[in-house]
Amino acid sequence: MAMAIILIPLIGAALAFAVRSGAWRPALLPPFALAHLTASVMVVRSDASAGAWLRLDPPGRLVLLLVSVLFAICSFYAVPYLRLRRDRPNRVFCGCLLLFLGMMSFIALSHHLALMWVAVEATTLSSAPLLYFNRTGRSLEATWKYLLIGSVGIALALLGSLFLGYASLKSGHESSLIFEDMRRSAPGFSKPWLHAAFILLLVGYGTKMGIAPMHTWKPDAYGEAPGLVGALLAGGMTSCAFLAIIRVNHVVAAAGEGAFAARILVGMGLLSMAVAGVFMVRQRDFKRMLAYSSVEHMGILILGLGLGGVGVFGALLHMVNNGLVKGVMFLSAGNIHRAYDSKSTEEVAGAMRRVPVSGALFLAGFIAVTGSPPFAPFVSEFTIVNAAFGGDRFVVGGLMLLLLLVVFIGMGTTVLAVVQGTPSRAAMTTPFHDSLLTTAPMLLLMGLVVMLGLYIPPPLRTLLDDAVRDLAQPEVRP
Amino acid sequence: MATPADSVLVIVLLLNFFVLGSSRIRSLIYTVAAQGLLLGVLPLLIHDSLGLREVVVSAGAMALKGIVIPRMLMRAMADLPIRREIEPLVGFRASLLLGAIGTGASMVLAYRLPVLTEGHEATALIVPASFATVQTGFIILTTRVKALTQVLGYLILENGIYIFGLVLLEAMPFLVEIGVLLDLFVAIFVMGIIINHISREFSSVSTEHLSALKE
Repeated sequence: MAMAIILIPLIGAALAFAVRSGAWRPALLPPFALAHLTASVMVVRSDASAGAWLRLDPPGRLVLLLVSVLFAICSFYAVPYLRLRRDRPNRVFCGCLLLFLGMMSFIALSHHLALMWVAVEATTLSSAPLLYFNRTGRSLEATWKYLLIGSVGIALALLGSLFLGYASLKSGHESSLIFEDMRRSAPGFSKPWLHAAFILLLVGYGTKMGIAPMHTWKPDAYGEAPGLVGALLAGGMTSCAFLAIIRVNHVVAAAGEGAFAARILVGMGLLSMAVAGVFMVRQRDFKRMLAYSSVEHMGILILGLGLGGVGVFGALLHMVNNGLVKGVMFLSAGNIHRAYDSKSTEEVAGAMRRVPVSGALFLAGFIAVTGSPPFAPFVSEFTIVNAAFGGDRFVVGGLMLLLLLVVFIGMGTTVLAVVQGTPSRAAMTTPFHDSLLTTAPMLLLMGLVVMLGLYIPPPLRTLLDDAVRDLAQPEVRP
Repeated sequence: MATPADSVLVIVLLLNFFVLGSSRIRSLIYTVAAQGLLLGVLPLLIHDSLGLREVVVSAGAMALKGIVIPRMLMRAMADLPIRREIEPLVGFRASLLLGAIGTGASMVLAYRLPVLTEGHEATALIVPASFATVQTGFIILTTRVKALTQVLGYLILENGIYIFGLVLLEAMPFLVEIGVLLDLFVAIFVMGIIINHISREFSSVSTEHLSALKE
């Protein structure tokens, strides 16, 4: 049963590669995405597992549902988008989209250090062709950087995994790389090797997540990829990488070295926010701006994880919120990009008039993503700031607020330049217009963002509480 | 003291320096292939009991690192006009110096970390050699501009990780095998495809052309 969440997308991918008609192929995406969503909900509810290696732990459930919901909504956007881009062959694109979904589910499901590593590697490989959809020199450059930097990150994560395995030799238990066993025997691990392993794994998976200073692939990849792919990378893949870091951090905490890990996480979190703030100021390319926003929010996530306590709840909630808002922002940015055939504020102005729905959602997304009420990110960011002040970390809390403000101003300048003013004459003649099919997915995502800001439904609440409870206990129940 | 495994590791370290100081891509590929072949021999030398497992990992590593991947890179190079890494971001002498410092630091670091595997005197050099090779891979990756050379840097980085994996081959063979073989093959394969695209797009495989995207 649990295997279905990996197999359904793989079957879909195989079909997508087999179908000959480029016009009909995208129509495969929504049914398989919905089937995956149904299977995911069932697996999460039934607590099914497929052996000790493939088990859905509580944080994994959250990530799986986020990825599945985001993908399902994006798949409906993909159909009109690919109809618009009929000039491009879409066989590889559709196939890899579904493969990518399968591999992200694989990360959520893998409960084994080596298996998880394989899954993360597989997401890199299956998403690289998505970046190269436009087949321009620039997208090639972005793909190359993504692949090279991502592979180096993955290689370091492998070295970190080996270190962690080596550290476990000292514990006296039979060496096992299943997370649950590792948490149980963690107190006996060799401390120096554990520290080295944590740093390597954080750098390795942090590269996939795009925290500073390993974020350099991000602006290029998000800038050149179709908005749809940006949404899936920024909302889905980064959350999966965060899940990997959560699991590693859990092992380190179970070894009694939580304080060591927390210091590094908080430091890296603040650094990411600062780097994002610096590069966001005067950013003319609005898709690259979104990439830096993603760097910022990944920083907030690991900051929340490092703060511990309520911060973990905040971080998990923020992961969900960020994923949904990034969906809105990347899809609307994609629409604006189509309408103007440019993604620079030098040529894009007046998006509110040219594409009213996309423009309005881009603006609303900006207000949401920077943490203004009543949108969902406000609640989660507030929780994390609260965790900082509640734990007497006044400097950390103060810095976080300051950096949020810097980002707000930096991002605001670019976003307002995009939506305000009057569109140029050239922009009025491009064929793209907002339609029901290209705007409804975004509206749905935005609806979820607003809802989560006002009200967290009980099932989600339970999932969050379970995950927090699971992560809070160093020893795993027998 | 000087067991066969130690001698092999010393040669591997020397090859690192050769890679750091050389500009001809063809000889770089040969060097990396030689390193791969040597690393393939290592599991046989380290482990006293020759099980099927050691032999399979050995043969797999030798075939991939020593033959398949170098051939792929050679073929990629044959279609291209480039033969040399002409202007690296950090010069060859400076890279050699960096490599020397890195190797020294690896030795110091490795001897400060506790040894957890008992009764493997033959493997005293393994951990420092692994760190030093990872380091060399990093230097190549960050200071060279040709895509092919960067792939070679990635290969050397992988070689360093493979050396460390040898310590764990008995305790957790699955992790080591899956890591080494799958990663290398798939990653290099995809990189090979992209290199082809780069060459078609820019008709020279240099990432210097890949510089439109920056702040």
